Amino acid sequence: MKEFPKYLLNRIGVADSHTLRAYRSQGGYQAIEDVLRKPWTQEQVIGVMKDSGLRGRGGAGFPTGMKWSFMPDITKDPRPRYLAVNADESEPGTCKDRVLMERDPHGLIEGCLIACYAMRSKAAYIYVRGEYRLSYNRLQAAIDEARAVGLIGKNILGTDFSCDIWMHKGAGAYICGEETGLMESLEGKRGHPRPKPPFPAGSGLWKSPTTVNHVESIFNAPFIVKNGAEWFKTMGVPKSTGNFLCGISGHVNKPGVYELPFGLTARQIIDEVAGGVWKGRKLKAFFPGGSSTGLLPASMVDVVMDHDSVKAAGSMFGTAAMIVLDETASIPQVMDVTARFYDHESCGQCSQCREGTQWLHQIFRRIAHGKGSPADLDLLVSLSNGMAPAKTICALADAAAIPTLAAVKHFRAEFEECIRLGRDPLRQESKTAPELHEAHA
Amino acid sequence: MALPDKLVQEFTELVTHYPERRAGLIPALHRCQEELGGWLSPQVIEDLAAFFGLEPVEVFGVATFYPMFRLTPRGKHLVSVCHNISCTLRGGEELLAHVCEVTGAPVGGTSPDGQFTVVRVECQGACANAPMFDLDGIYHEDLDAQKAERILRSVK
Ligand SMILES: Cc1cc2nc3c(=O)[nH]c(=O)nc-3n(C[C@H](O)[C@H](O)[C@H](O)COP(=O)(O)O)c2cc1C
Ligand code: SF4
Ligand code: FES
Repeated sequence: MKEFPKYLLNRIGVADSHTLRAYRSQGGYQAIEDVLRKPWTQEQVIGVMKDSGLRGRGGAGFPTGMKWSFMPDITKDPRPRYLAVNADESEPGTCKDRVLMERDPHGLIEGCLIACYAMRSKAAYIYVRGEYRLSYNRLQAAIDEARAVGLIGKNILGTDFSCDIWMHKGAGAYICGEETGLMESLEGKRGHPRPKPPFPAGSGLWKSPTTVNHVESIFNAPFIVKNGAEWFKTMGVPKSTGNFLCGISGHVNKPGVYELPFGLTARQIIDEVAGGVWKGRKLKAFFPGGSSTGLLPASMVDVVMDHDSVKAAGSMFGTAAMIVLDETASIPQVMDVTARFYDHESCGQCSQCREGTQWLHQIFRRIAHGKGSPADLDLLVSLSNGMAPAKTICALADAAAIPTLAAVKHFRAEFEECIRLGRDPLRQESKTAPELHEAHA
Repeated sequence: MALPDKLVQEFTELVTHYPERRAGLIPALHRCQEELGGWLSPQVIEDLAAFFGLEPVEVFGVATFYPMFRLTPRGKHLVSVCHNISCTLRGGEELLAHVCEVTGAPVGGTSPDGQFTVVRVECQGACANAPMFDLDGIYHEDLDAQKAERILRSVK
């Protein structure tokens, strides 16, 4: 594989990379200083973000600069406005934002300042999943350091720009990663997603204009402001620019979090970056971007990893969380696990999702345990078609249904074999834990 | 009101971060759980409701929505073992069985000596270092049976 320029993870190599001193010694906070001292106009900041082509890294690949430009004109709409940083990182397979928050928290804070300046937000809330204790502590310590030197609070660096950044802890519900579920949760309620419209830019947190961005999207902003849109576009492919963090897990020799340019094939990432499929085994399938993205069979491993190419292959780039399955993996068992997850995480507001996720789980479960019936595969398909696309308040139903359709499409023969034999030939009997009751305690 | 003064002071500052007081509720639930025995008793729910000007049933409705909040007492140590996909692919179920064996707790329950409560949890964002568990708020990653046993015995 050719060498390529990196920027996202360059700073974390030094000792105490999470401290202000280490961040400053590597050029940190120069982007926001430049923005404030010159000063740049809000439109210039949004302009460079748009020109860079940066697409949100939170799953949907929505252009970040364009999202920022949706915030209403302050001269016509004086309501306070907010930035919410989505650090809920709960999509199964995704483990990359953690690296940025634990080891380079000031990078995220500088990104928040730039975003708040551009959108005239008076505050940013970083909503971090409750389990990420180290991320939370490192970010809080970084906020305290930045506040102490006048980078957060009133009249930042002596200018008339004022901005607060607050940490906020979630409590283990996946649905709070959905942007409107996140806002409900931040307001102190159950994380029930809101119907759209209204969109967050019109009515978000406390009915005020709000932008929700993923950690890695915001983290890119200082680099773009400092080095320019043209620099950013030299990396990646024309419609997916820059580098991204790829967390690769499952059956590979070197699972890990890697910084990569868009445009490599899944095969290159598995073989050359992650050291190949483990134990000398053959590849069977992979999730390209978390368990909400449709499983792709080994025959499609030459798909190029960028938003549009993965979509054209019938799946999604998602959060670039690749989960690799070797030839010994049982697809019915894998789908049993992922379907259980969506069943557990559905918030229950929409009947298609509440009932549908439960049905999908039950059916995958019985197939995986050798109790499926020949009608089950068609039932999975018709249930999924009743749940998606876009039939519910949020996309959790799609996240359960679309991968179901993909699994049945690519692995129908394997499901049929389990049903015909009345057992899963790939099931490995192993130690099982004594359960007090089925549900989560 | 029975909330300790220390927490009342903390929450009084906490709510200044938000334009509406209620937004402090979930962080406050976390702090109560951390400080007051690892779970949220009916009394704590009532005290928090009073602090936030809510009905206890509203606070209860929020607390029960979130898997990290416990409404029943637990053992001295809480072991949360990930059973999502990347962990399962690398031995997560075997790890869970081993944790139960070492601690003497069934999944979802507490060991007879009151030392350990063991629960299953969804993906913890440690997938590239699977399998893993969280012990009292600290992640332990790249686990195998031996390593897990050593860690559990060290706190017992
Ligand atoms: C069920 C569900 C869960 C989600 N979980 C997350 C998450 O954990 N983190 C995240 O950043 N985005 C998550 N998203 C996507 C967010 O709704 C939102 O699109 C994203 O934070 C926008 O950020 P971006 O534009 O910077 O990519 C989730 C979406 C859905 C439907
Ligand atoms: S689709 Fe599912 S998770 Fe989303 S709002 Fe409806 S019930 Fe809740
Ligand atoms: S699947 Fe276990 S940490 Fe992600």
